[in-house]
Amino acid sequence: MAPADPRSGDAIFANVERVNAELFTLTYGATVRQLLTDLEEVEEVNKQLDQMGYNIGIRLIDEFLAKSNVARCVDFKETAEMIAKVGFKMFLGVTATVTNWDANDTCCSIMLEDNPLVDFVELPDTCQGLYYCNILSGVIRGALEMVSMKTEVTWLRDVLRGDDAYEMQVKLLKQVPEEYPYKDDE
Amino acid sequence: MAAICSLYIINKSGGLIYYKDYGSGGRMDTNDSLRVASLWHSMHAISQQLSPTTGCYGIELLEADTFDLHCFQSLTGTKFFVVCEPGTQQMESLLKVIYELYTDYVLKNPFYEMEMPIRCELFDINLSQVVQKDRVVLLGR
Repeated sequence: MAPADPRSGDAIFANVERVNAELFTLTYGATVRQLLTDLEEVEEVNKQLDQMGYNIGIRLIDEFLAKSNVARCVDFKETAEMIAKVGFKMFLGVTATVTNWDANDTCCSIMLEDNPLVDFVELPDTCQGLYYCNILSGVIRGALEMVSMKTEVTWLRDVLRGDDAYEMQVKLLKQVPEEYPYKDDE
Repeated sequence: MAAICSLYIINKSGGLIYYKDYGSGGRMDTNDSLRVASLWHSMHAISQQLSPTTGCYGIELLEADTFDLHCFQSLTGTKFFVVCEPGTQQMESLLKVIYELYTDYVLKNPFYEMEMPIRCELFDINLSQVVQKDRVVLLGR
């Protein structure tokens, strides 16, 4: 039997159960707010959001693969496009674009045109160091780690911090080979 | 008589995290099912190395006189395989559906620990609905 055709982000998004966007945005807001109360330090909150995202990402990757029917990506370039075009559409209902490739094709930027997490958010002066959407970068890092890509994801631009766009930098650190043997005697 | 004898799910390190048998044929105790799982994990890995072609990702179908074994490995390394009567159709799509059920009812359960044995009632319920023989045909979506 031929493998099922890959499905577009739009098609999957149309088929999954969705919640009210405001409920989602406000729930995320309440989570961040509670973390700020609990952890007090903005830096710690950034770390915690990233960790939470990572924990989501390592599980969410399987849903992405199961529902999108995408085949193995040939290179990191294709992977980044897949995240932007299918992943973001499928889970957040927005599209992202990939730009700013470096010469080795191991580092790129993912730009978000629309970011549903921040609909009602204004950062107060006391939280200027906060990366409000740090959960998203954690998700990408976690998801890619499960398909043997170690990455580093950082925010370059954030509208909440006065920039003109949302831009995440995804840097491929190393690709762990999947082949056996794992050379555990070395 | 069930066409599907048993279903196994093994994690990326070869540990059996789910085993279920259907019907009377080929029922195994826990030790045997663990043995089959780790044996299959190793054989699957070896087959990738032995393959004369590049880009081989392991055995997908093993045909024997008395049973067929269909295996699906997700890109994250989790393997799903069913042992069924020879010639049973639609097993690839069944495995795909089981993979979706796994992402929905196992991975989304916040109390499921990754790579650990699956004890999720919702997964069991939905799985048994899917495996009912007459429904397998309807899964070509």
